[in-house]
Amino acid sequence: MHEMMVAQSLLAAISAEAAKHNAKPLAARISCGKLYAINDEALCFALEALAKDTRCEGIKLEIEHKPIQAACKSCTEIFECELSPVTCPRCGSDDFSLLPDPPLLLEEIEFLTE
Amino acid sequence: MKVNVGKKILSANEEYAFRNSQFLTERKKLCLNMISSPGSGKTTILARTISELKGKIKIGVIEGDIQTDIDAERIRATEAPVVQINTNGACHLSAAQVSRALETLPVGDLDLIFIENVGNLVCPSAFELGETNKIVVLSVAEGDDKPAKYPAIFAKSKVLLINKIDLLEAVGQVDFDIERVKADARKLNRAIEIFLISARTGAGFAEWCGWLAESVRSLQEA
Repeated sequence: MHEMMVAQSLLAAISAEAAKHNAKPLAARISCGKLYAINDEALCFALEALAKDTRCEGIKLEIEHKPIQAACKSCTEIFECELSPVTCPRCGSDDFSLLPDPPLLLEEIEFLTE
Repeated sequence: MKVNVGKKILSANEEYAFRNSQFLTERKKLCLNMISSPGSGKTTILARTISELKGKIKIGVIEGDIQTDIDAERIRATEAPVVQINTNGACHLSAAQVSRALETLPVGDLDLIFIENVGNLVCPSAFELGETNKIVVLSVAEGDDKPAKYPAIFAKSKVLLINKIDLLEAVGQVDFDIERVKADARKLNRAIEIFLISARTGAGFAEWCGWLAESVRSLQEA
């Protein structure tokens, strides 16, 4: 549900880059932490709808979800995890804190070369 | 032609959240961002909490709703200062909206600020508002599988309030295993504080309000 707001910010950032390079964007790659709870289909749909009749119309979007990271409070190991029962792969402790989610980044844009 | 950009997309929200956090920390104000499904009893919990702590802790409320000010009216009846934010369709509050609300609230006179987020267990958990802590509310009628199905908010919260526990005894037909919820929540977050409450009967409010009073005191004395 929050994908529409993300798509608005994303389109603004892509449009600004398109203006800077004076080229039509064909594809964009973004990355974000899994805790952003971005649904790929919803984000692609929102971007497609917002980009209609703009220079970005038809842009393809690739989304990379970065894993959740946790720090073990017993042995200080930093490890990747899913949010199902979490245990430290090194010492087996279940006492951990989540590290901040990687930010939502516009990584790369591919432009049409004339 | 491929161009590397490396630009943060939600940096505007992060900046506002950082500023809100600074604003609250400098003034030693405890700010709790309350997140739950619709109908879990957030507003009733707040109204009862304000009444129970009247004369001891000064509480202000930022009310987030998609539309209407029904909840703000209920808080206003307790005489606590309240600011309503209508998100007009958006499924979560943003840090910029909270920043404007903090300008309207008489923050200097308050000890504790509650943010009642839009009823939704998913989206609000991804948007930092600058709060001191998140608290998640789960009512027994929603089912005991919620920590397993919506893990992010349980992993990020300081407190879990299990509300409407009076239904378990009164109706006796609610399949809700409290021990399962506690165990599932602690698998995601061993330090999470769990209170069993009923905002209708007042059960568990002595412990919950005691925790609030202690948290306000330790923040102010820090």
